[in-house]
Amino acid sequence: MNVFLETLIGGLLAGTMYSLVAIGFVLIYKASGVFNFAQGAMLLFAALTFVSLREQGVPTVLALLLTVLVMIVGALLIERTVLRPLVNRSQITLFMATLGLSFIIEGLAQGLMGAQVRALDLGIEDVPLFFGEIMVSQFDLVAAGTAVALVILLALLFNKTRIGISLRAVADDTRAALSIGINLNRIWQIVWAVAGIVGLVAGLLWGARQGVQFSLSLVVLKALPVLIIGGFTSIGGAIVGGLIVGAAENLAEAYLGPLIGGGITPWFAYFLALVFLYIRPAGLFGERTIERV
Amino acid sequence: MRKTLIATLCALGLQAGLPAQSWAAADQQFIPLPTYRVGPYASSGIPWWAGTLDYLRYVNEVEGGVNGVKLVWQECETEWSVDRTVECYERHKNGLDGAPVAFFITHSTPASYALMERGHADRIPLLDPAGGRTESTDGSVFPYAFPLLLTYYGQASVGINYIAQREGGFDKLKGKKIATVYHDSPYGRETQAAIELLAKKYGFENIQIPVAHPGNEQSAQWRQVRQEKPDWVFLRTWGVSTPVAIKTAARFGYPVERIIGDVWAGSEADVLPAGAAAKGYQALAPFPGGADFEIHKRLKEHILDQGKSDLKDPSFFGKVYYNIGLVNAAIMVETLRAGQARFGNRALNGEEGRWALEHLKVDEARLKEIGFDGLLQPLELSCADHEGGGAARVQQWDGEKWVLVTDWIQADRETLRPLIDAKSTAYAAEKGITPRDCRAEG
Amino acid sequence: MTTSIPSIAAAYDEAPVTLLRRRRLLLLGGLLALAFALPPLLGSDYWLNAILIPFLVLSLAGLGLNLLTGYTGQTSVGAAGFMAVGAFATYGLLLRVPGLPLPLALLGGGLIAAAVGWLFGIPSARIKGFYLMVTTLAAQFFLEWVFAKFPWFYNHASSGTISAPRLELFGYNLATPAGRYLLALSCVVLLTWVAHNLVRSQIGRNWMAIRDMDTAAAVIGIPVERYKRQAFAVSSFYLGIAGALWAFAYLGTASAGSFDINRSFQILFIIIIGGMGSIAGNFLGAAFISLLPIFLNHAGQWLSGGHVDTGQLQNLQKVIFGALIIWFLVKEPEGLIRLLRNLAERLRRWPLRF
Repeated sequence: MNVFLETLIGGLLAGTMYSLVAIGFVLIYKASGVFNFAQGAMLLFAALTFVSLREQGVPTVLALLLTVLVMIVGALLIERTVLRPLVNRSQITLFMATLGLSFIIEGLAQGLMGAQVRALDLGIEDVPLFFGEIMVSQFDLVAAGTAVALVILLALLFNKTRIGISLRAVADDTRAALSIGINLNRIWQIVWAVAGIVGLVAGLLWGARQGVQFSLSLVVLKALPVLIIGGFTSIGGAIVGGLIVGAAENLAEAYLGPLIGGGITPWFAYFLALVFLYIRPAGLFGERTIERV
Repeated sequence: MRKTLIATLCALGLQAGLPAQSWAAADQQFIPLPTYRVGPYASSGIPWWAGTLDYLRYVNEVEGGVNGVKLVWQECETEWSVDRTVECYERHKNGLDGAPVAFFITHSTPASYALMERGHADRIPLLDPAGGRTESTDGSVFPYAFPLLLTYYGQASVGINYIAQREGGFDKLKGKKIATVYHDSPYGRETQAAIELLAKKYGFENIQIPVAHPGNEQSAQWRQVRQEKPDWVFLRTWGVSTPVAIKTAARFGYPVERIIGDVWAGSEADVLPAGAAAKGYQALAPFPGGADFEIHKRLKEHILDQGKSDLKDPSFFGKVYYNIGLVNAAIMVETLRAGQARFGNRALNGEEGRWALEHLKVDEARLKEIGFDGLLQPLELSCADHEGGGAARVQQWDGEKWVLVTDWIQADRETLRPLIDAKSTAYAAEKGITPRDCRAEG
Repeated sequence: MTTSIPSIAAAYDEAPVTLLRRRRLLLLGGLLALAFALPPLLGSDYWLNAILIPFLVLSLAGLGLNLLTGYTGQTSVGAAGFMAVGAFATYGLLLRVPGLPLPLALLGGGLIAAAVGWLFGIPSARIKGFYLMVTTLAAQFFLEWVFAKFPWFYNHASSGTISAPRLELFGYNLATPAGRYLLALSCVVLLTWVAHNLVRSQIGRNWMAIRDMDTAAAVIGIPVERYKRQAFAVSSFYLGIAGALWAFAYLGTASAGSFDINRSFQILFIIIIGGMGSIAGNFLGAAFISLLPIFLNHAGQWLSGGHVDTGQLQNLQKVIFGALIIWFLVKEPEGLIRLLRNLAERLRRWPLRF
């Protein structure tokens, strides 16, 4: 029983790491209907920028601020060169554009900052903590706390500020939002910038765990099932989806894995997502769309 | 805009077919280099080819080539992908403007597999030090494949031998638990048969735990390790899965001193991201790290200090992957020398390259002479033995650098040879190859 | 810009009832004759081995994906997974059914891939858009895992690699570069012809109706779910054969890793760049994708006399590649094929302009 409980808790905590990545997707999808495949590349770019600045001897806080600035400039550029020319195109077209974007960002990141693996020490002690018999990782606890804090912050941003409210208006009905004078381009810029900053947070936590290197952009693939389960449009859904995926993945590897040969994590989450989709085709918290002819 | 694009496309079509600009001549030895300086494995590729190029430059500029035969080379970027490596091989197999190819270093096990039959058909030996197809050790079936230095089976065996050494003898292995945490890929699974055989021989319990690619989340695996409580963990990961494994092991309280990394889990890039958790981690090293070997002094004087090095970041000098590059280049040069001893001081072709490889002998004295003593093990290849070495040292990470903790540990090659022979015989049967008689080879 | 007029002309070109004009037929015939007569004309094997064969196979794979994505509107990022099915199934058939001729083995491999594709197409009844795309990702990862995990699929070979069995047809050895090229070319020509007719048939028109709006298609009485599954099956059939050719006609060997997610993206790029919903576009896209990296590599070596920093060149190439994709999407969403048509249109009226 203890093993089960420990696996479950460990899985739930690991799941919040996935949620962190998924939140970035949700933000952009909500505001602009773009399924942003470049989120992983953005995450890599943010983490690489931060680490490179630190290597140059820039103090941590300043490096953090500069990276945020870089992400904002990046968002402005992306909006100007990619999104604006593609406005009113189909969602699939926009998705493919973000595939191209991810190539550009990855190429730039490695070209400008080199490809070697860098260590990133956030100063979080990574030692096991024991609650009775059950072992929990301190790093996972910090990551989970960060995710929760981020969600609260975003909720405040969306519900309490003027920008947030106009953002929700855009998400609800783009045309109506436009007609009451909301500046769509500005909203997109803000959302991409916020997604970039969320990417930075996720990039730092994942980077601290595995080193800042190219494969950081692969964590995207882990976030997709999370999105499916939680729905593309709900930040809360991203958290719940992450928890479900993390727990299910760990339990499956522990109990199902030995039966069929192990190493099932890459696809298990996707299958879980498929099952959820069959029951709810728009995710647990996604909005159902009504189609008109 | 459109016109420009169309013009570019036309130019592109024309360009791709033309041979690259020539700067080689007939009396030069051509060495094609499939590299991966970008992509997921760039962090190992960049210092790797810096090492190779630095040594080749040293040979050319300081020693005046190999017995006067200058070396020329050309890189093709592959991002470690098999099809790009195949393209590179096809582009370069006929040499460069008359400068012939004596061998092709594949630099990746999947590519070694993909090129196996092409190399055979074109009579170009394929080299893959500390990798490659294990059963191609049997040169009677695989005349053109050379898994030099240390095959995957050899790696497993050296790992077990080192554990036995630490435990105080092979008899102490009985009843011990050794877990292999491996990257769930052909590379990762390759050693399973060997470890199973050794487990039977020495009576230890063999636990195999797979890590799915890319391996950036491993709590499930290390929770299993924690429950099984193995005495040792043999870590056969690759790329990002190594630092994640070391970190996750620390999170689950598994002592890092009890983890022995395999060859491809033993570079700076594998331990630096893991930070303090990696201190005390050990790994097999057929190419150890460190900048205090004799060759490094020579390179520093003639190449680095002259600003001729390929290294953009000089701090990588003497890092594990840089030294891998050096060792690879040294094997190339020594092979050419061996061939020239028989065929005369001229550039060699593939068939002569194979003869040279099968008669390659690099002993202690020679290693001292070329400055590789301690960095490269003595090698002696033959028709029946395309591995030639079969040893590795063990190095330990002290938090800042790798420290060698043992001398060369020899793999138990006699025990494993039947496994290799069985596989190569099966291959010969499948492909209808009549093995050549190695005793008849001169 | 000249977008409106050529698009009318194109619509006329593609109208299902119009037969190929004689001139184009002649052109096509000439091109085919040239393609079949090519091997002896080329001095070295390099063109065949390293450029033409992968180009043909990638074109076929692009064609397969285009049937699903370009014609039926179901985005898939699992193309390589189905290629793997085809490769491993063909290998298994040749290995386990003695005396099976190569064409039948290829066909069988394609059919097995089609069955698997049909299976993974089932969710398309309920799931749409990005959600469906993620289910194809599930297929990709699952299939990759299956072919890496179970030794039966690769005949317990070491390192999970399958290698080409003897390629023979009526006693004629196809293992030479020219033989492998002709094998790939024959498959591609035959399957392209089938696809060309397929998209102009009732089936193809139903697919396009579903692509343009599936709810509307359902309203006018097209059994949408069945046709979606059918598109998955047909697409996978093409991909399966492409996978088998990739493994045996091109690389000579394959493992699950040869068909990873990057291959899927590569094929997706082929159809974006070449042109969605176009048969000829696949060939242009595949040519572009397979030639660009080689061109950049050559150009780099050439410009710098061999002393270029290839790493930076590759990064630059990535950036160029991504920028081209975005450029195409912005400027020419119909891909290279549209550029080519515009060019032809212009040549026909030269020196007059629109």
